[in-house]
Amino acid sequence: MTETLPGAAVPNPLDEAAITAAVEQAISAIAGASTLDELKAVRLAHTGEKSPLSLANREIGRLPKDQKAVAGKLMGSSRGRVSKALADRTAELEAENDARILVEETVDVTAAPRRRRAGARHPLSTLQDRVADIFVGMGWEIAEGPEVESEWFNFDALNFKPDHPAREMQDTFFVEPPEAHLLMRTHTSPVQVRSMLEREVPIYVLCPGKVFRTDELDATHTPVFHQFEGLAIDKNLSMADLRGTLEHFARQMFGDEAQIRLRPNYFPFTEPSAELDIFHPGAKGGPRWIEWGGCGMVNPTVLRAAGIDPDIYSGFAFGMGIERTLMFRNEVGDMRDMIEGDVRFSEHFGMEI
Amino acid sequence: MRIPLSWLREFAQVPAGATAEDVMAELVKVGFEEEAVHRPTDGLKGPVVVGQVLSLVKEPQTNGKTINWCQVRVVPEGQEQTLTGKGIDPSGVQGIICGAHNFVEGDKVVVTLPGAVLPGDFHISARKTYGHLSAGMIASVRELGIGEDHDGILVLSRIGLDPEIGTDAMDLLGLYDQAAEINVTPDRGYAFSIRGVAREYAHATGTTFTDPASKVQPPATLSGGYGVKINDDAPIYGKPGCDRFVARTVRGVDATRPTPPWMSSRLRLAGIRSISLPVDISNYVMLELGQPLHFYDQDKLSGGIVVRRAVAGEKLTTLDGKERSLDVEDLLITDESGPIGVAGVMGGASTEVSDATSTVLVEAAHFEEVSIARSRRRHKLPSEASKRFERGVDWQVANTAAQRAVDLLVELAGGTADEAGTDVGNAPDAVTIALPAGFAAERIGIDFTEEQIVTSLEDLGAVVEKADGGWTVSAPSWRNDLETKEDLSEEIARLVGYDQIPATLPVAPPGRGLTRVQQQRRRLIQALADAGLTEVLAYPFVSKAANDTFGVAEAGASRTAVKLANPISEEHGYLRTSVLPGLIEVAKRNHSRGFRDLALFEAGLVFLPGGTVGTASIPPLGVRPSDEVLDALYDGVPDQPLHVAAVLTGHDSPAAAGHTPRAWDWADALDIARLAGDVLGVEIVVGQGHHQAFHPGRAAQLSLRTGEVVGYAGELHPKLLAASDMPARSVALEINADALFEAAADVIVARHISTFPVATQDVALVVPQDVPADDVLAALREGAGELLEDVALFDVYAGKGIEDGKKSLAFGLRFRANDRTLTADEASAARESAVAVAAERFGAVQR
Repeated sequence: MTETLPGAAVPNPLDEAAITAAVEQAISAIAGASTLDELKAVRLAHTGEKSPLSLANREIGRLPKDQKAVAGKLMGSSRGRVSKALADRTAELEAENDARILVEETVDVTAAPRRRRAGARHPLSTLQDRVADIFVGMGWEIAEGPEVESEWFNFDALNFKPDHPAREMQDTFFVEPPEAHLLMRTHTSPVQVRSMLEREVPIYVLCPGKVFRTDELDATHTPVFHQFEGLAIDKNLSMADLRGTLEHFARQMFGDEAQIRLRPNYFPFTEPSAELDIFHPGAKGGPRWIEWGGCGMVNPTVLRAAGIDPDIYSGFAFGMGIERTLMFRNEVGDMRDMIEGDVRFSEHFGMEI
Repeated sequence: MRIPLSWLREFAQVPAGATAEDVMAELVKVGFEEEAVHRPTDGLKGPVVVGQVLSLVKEPQTNGKTINWCQVRVVPEGQEQTLTGKGIDPSGVQGIICGAHNFVEGDKVVVTLPGAVLPGDFHISARKTYGHLSAGMIASVRELGIGEDHDGILVLSRIGLDPEIGTDAMDLLGLYDQAAEINVTPDRGYAFSIRGVAREYAHATGTTFTDPASKVQPPATLSGGYGVKINDDAPIYGKPGCDRFVARTVRGVDATRPTPPWMSSRLRLAGIRSISLPVDISNYVMLELGQPLHFYDQDKLSGGIVVRRAVAGEKLTTLDGKERSLDVEDLLITDESGPIGVAGVMGGASTEVSDATSTVLVEAAHFEEVSIARSRRRHKLPSEASKRFERGVDWQVANTAAQRAVDLLVELAGGTADEAGTDVGNAPDAVTIALPAGFAAERIGIDFTEEQIVTSLEDLGAVVEKADGGWTVSAPSWRNDLETKEDLSEEIARLVGYDQIPATLPVAPPGRGLTRVQQQRRRLIQALADAGLTEVLAYPFVSKAANDTFGVAEAGASRTAVKLANPISEEHGYLRTSVLPGLIEVAKRNHSRGFRDLALFEAGLVFLPGGTVGTASIPPLGVRPSDEVLDALYDGVPDQPLHVAAVLTGHDSPAAAGHTPRAWDWADALDIARLAGDVLGVEIVVGQGHHQAFHPGRAAQLSLRTGEVVGYAGELHPKLLAASDMPARSVALEINADALFEAAADVIVARHISTFPVATQDVALVVPQDVPADDVLAALREGAGELLEDVALFDVYAGKGIEDGKKSLAFGLRFRANDRTLTADEASAARESAVAVAAERFGAVQR
């Protein structure tokens, strides 16, 4: 590095004009430095050991005593001005430099890759949780049971007479050997029977789960599907309580505008029995009534099978299909989309429903 | 059940302009769901008129066919053609080309004129063909959509008609009628009749009903008729198989007479094919009154009729021409020759009514539900008769129905009825039900008035008498479904209207929320989804081979699995013992749709039959079984633990600019398995594992601290992947989630958090290749003592500088004391004691 400015004589520390000239020269050079590297060169040239100001400063020692103070004051302030100018310019250039680096580091944020994959719940599973939460919020409990079940729980306990056509309407998968009286449950109602046998009255339970019928898979049928059934056993329950419960649930699911309608129907395990329709204001193709499930007052024969005295207690039950609910609530057009496991179906829903 | 509207109108007040949809909208209110509309005019549009063939010229064609060039008069002579339009000849005579040859000059036929539309959207127009302008078509029953017969065109005289030329043939053939098809629930056999539905229509609309039975005048008593004995020596459930048998004789019947169009059109709309006049009459009466009938050719009967159970080895050839081996439980109609019919299911061929029949014996019997249902199932013979009998037929209507059939045979078939007749059997006990006042109101939640209750029940046909504290109700003979006060409550609510039921919300007692297992299951499923896996729900039906591969670790072993008696496909005839086969199917389906980078999981039950399978018998309904019987039922149900499984193929994320995705590998499968344990607070112990579905060197057996094996994870076996067309290096895991739930601690006890400085020490140990790193880690942990806060494997190295057959494992140990700052010497001493245990156990040497 340059140690002295070429041709520059050592200025006299008492020569104010010469010192000022050297300071001005330094300040001008500092101002002219446009990078930190240039500034470093300027700093060495004007404040380094061989710089005119440093050399002049060193001359102070050789001056007579009475002149040292004057020269010291002059040199001190002069070198102070240069140092300040250096510090200021350094700060300026560093700020510029920092700003430039940030500009240079600019990326195209729209080209960001996805490194993590968000997983997804199956919407039938999410919907099942949602339904359960609504009932748990009402103080009900969730009951579950096996999918391969004893024929007694699936049929006889529910007042399906052995030779009655209603039993055949269920399109049942039977298990080998037939003498063992096992089957794949055709509804989650056997869980209701188990609940009545295992729990103390009053009972308010919701039974969600997988059920099975021997239907071939097509756009509207599947041999494996999901239901949720509710059961309430208490003193003095009436069909009005059933209606109130279903109405409350419908509004939790579909909003305050939701309405329900009951129509007479037949199920062996309820008497009276009803078909449940829901008015769906947002239905695809316009507002309309949609069949949602079945319900009714628990048949006294069923209560007796579970050891509950029908003269003291009454109860109501209802059941809806989860696939069906998803189909009209979320406009799923084809049953197969819910069954085949195509990742696009679940991933579209993500964790929501 | 299909209800022709013209028929319904005879007995109920259906508005003139009402459509099938309107009728269904009423019937749905009283509990009959809409099924379909059957309306010929939806596909058939006029003008379709009666025409007479004036001339018929046979014109042979070069292709060997002969066609008829016909002049057909479609307007009576002397009258003007009032129809206009392209192709309508103002003269009233249409020139028509016809290829059929079953008619002659002078025949009256059905002419579809230009402008008409036939079923199948077939538009009739005048068109040039075979050198003539053919302006219309002479129609066959098939073209009109009213039959299958396509042998030739419909000649009206052959169905007994001689209408005026120009008559609207659609009116003539009943084609303006329509039918409403409703679903009848299995408790309501009575609604498989016009009689039953007309009554319900009256209930739904509050209008009056005329009972079709009231229009028939049967003799009050019958005697001296054909000999019939009921001799059931083996009733089912103690109920006699037959408790009434009415038989009537009609002589001089002409079985070849055509069925009148009003009858055949109603039968057709009701979904019943016209066969012959006698058969049509029996079906017509059955549809109208709900009483199935059987007609015998009386001249083919030998001796008196006996209704009895079959004897072992007896056989019968039924009407459909099939020989059937009879079961001793089958209820039969027999004569001296042997069986001549399976009662209430199907008649025999030997006594069948034919064109030659002259003397008809009409059977109107009442058979018991269960007996009929079992015979129908046993012989796989669903018939219109069995459908009604197994749901229940009105005991009282037999004589009336027989009379109605007799009347029709006389009127339409030219027969003469015998004065004498047969009516044997014993009336069943009348069902009377006590209905306490207030019961219906309490059960339904409507404060019914006394009048509402009594009127509703009387409208049904019940007899209601005031009794102490309520009413005594005798159910009508056609309502075998009414047995209890609950049944009556439903009827009252149904007739008053379910829409009148108010809504009250019952308050459940304070609940306990989700059970611990329910919460654990949710957390597990959600955690796997949160970790980037996609949940799917596969069917549990698998092949035997899939169970033998995935359900058992040892190759060659056979997995005990639940076999379905009636699977949808024989190939998938078993219930899964592992969730993986279903997941692999789903993965393959996604591959075929272009998705190769997958992370799929499912939580679902597997079926693991143990010692006892089911129970030899099941307890009766309506009674709580004893605890022993219940325990047997519970024990007979196979174990069905919840398994969670995952399959990963391809990469962890999509390739993108600036991002190289990572291929899933065996360690990911283990990582997910451990994550499942972590979110439940259960430590999963990993050991080198062997499972035939997995790569022999890249599979882990997953266990609990107790040693219980809970699953497997790793790379799937390369041969299995190749054989099932899956990408190489696909990985999988399966865990018994129930076992994890059970292993989770009930309460987590907090650990003291020390704020003293940490002292870290690294150690590299050389051990034989086959020593599992996890075992060395466990040894270090054990040896390090309580100052050790954590230890982790951070490097595995083998190669230069390490003896052959050995590897170097580098561990980072983190020490910290609860009460002081550790000195370097203390930390080193703890490390040395850790290494000492590893050295003793595995010969580990510090590098």
